[in-house]
Amino acid sequence: MVTAITTMGRSGLSDWLMQRVSAVILLAYFLFIAWVVGNGVDYDSWKMLFSQTWMRIFSLGALLSLAVHAWIGMWVVLSDYVTARLLGAAGNVLRFVLQVGCAITLFTYVVWGIQILWGY
Amino acid sequence: MLQVSLYRYNPETDQEPWTQEVEFDSGGKDLMVLDVMEQIKAQDPTLAFRRSCREGVCGSDGVNINGKNGLACITALSETVRDNKLVIRPLPGLPVVRDLVVDMSMFYDQYEKVEPYLQNSSAPPAIERLQSPEERAKLDGLYECILCACCSTSCPSFWWNPDRFIGPAGLLQSYRFLADSRDTATEQRLSKLDDPYSVFRCHGIQNCVGVCPKGLNPTKAIGHIRNLLLERAI
Repeated sequence: MVTAITTMGRSGLSDWLMQRVSAVILLAYFLFIAWVVGNGVDYDSWKMLFSQTWMRIFSLGALLSLAVHAWIGMWVVLSDYVTARLLGAAGNVLRFVLQVGCAITLFTYVVWGIQILWGY
Repeated sequence: MLQVSLYRYNPETDQEPWTQEVEFDSGGKDLMVLDVMEQIKAQDPTLAFRRSCREGVCGSDGVNINGKNGLACITALSETVRDNKLVIRPLPGLPVVRDLVVDMSMFYDQYEKVEPYLQNSSAPPAIERLQSPEERAKLDGLYECILCACCSTSCPSFWWNPDRFIGPAGLLQSYRFLADSRDTATEQRLSKLDDPYSVFRCHGIQNCVGVCPKGLNPTKAIGHIRNLLLERAI
């Protein structure tokens, strides 16, 4: 058993499951958006679509899925390539800094997204 | 003439690894790569590599042949040589002891982690623990592993985290005991695997499946372990 406290859910299984579920939500969302755009949109219909609560919830779900998916994915990438094993002791510090950077970016996107979804 | 490139490194005399170029005349025969290595060694006894059974059973002569891991003794020149070139390197990702000999300690440490032996807490029966033919069939495709390390050393996840990710060979063995009807330690075994590294570093790229000289499928076994973990936790 290897311990790792910087992952999303601490357990490999929960990270794995969250990544799969968030991927399905993202796929559904982007297919839906592609279908809407493909059918032709103008400002009014687009605003009408996003003024409905279900669409806002769907969009927020996709946004949170993106955050979860990106967190897990970036953690995996960083813990492959930015490690003490490859870079010496500085590797762990650098990885932690990069991960905090990812977290702040994702948090900003979520808050900003909420502002957009409910602000107009 | 076959152009053979050999990775050479003797830590006692060489500052860094170098490549030895050898012109080899196979006499038109479709030799095995190990035959080529043996004949070169007969000319130059300083070349070091491991070999034993020379028929794909012992797993000693795993090397990287033209970019793909495999057993030198059962890889024919005709299946690997293109443009008359044969490049032989040690298995990637493990420290080189000398020439084509690698230090397998990290590989064995991961193997040891999965406790690759039968564990049964019930009292042993008078004769033997019986299995039905169906239960026995579940071990096919798992028990045949010869620990040559071709799979684990072709896996990028194992290259980056050889101390944390068990790797395809270890996980195949792990599932071999999880799937065994005579083993009662399933829960203890699974509880040691549910971290973000041991099993879940596998991203299913199937390099292991592509190189296994015994035709085994570690990715499938890893999928079974994941399903067992999921069934137990969901």
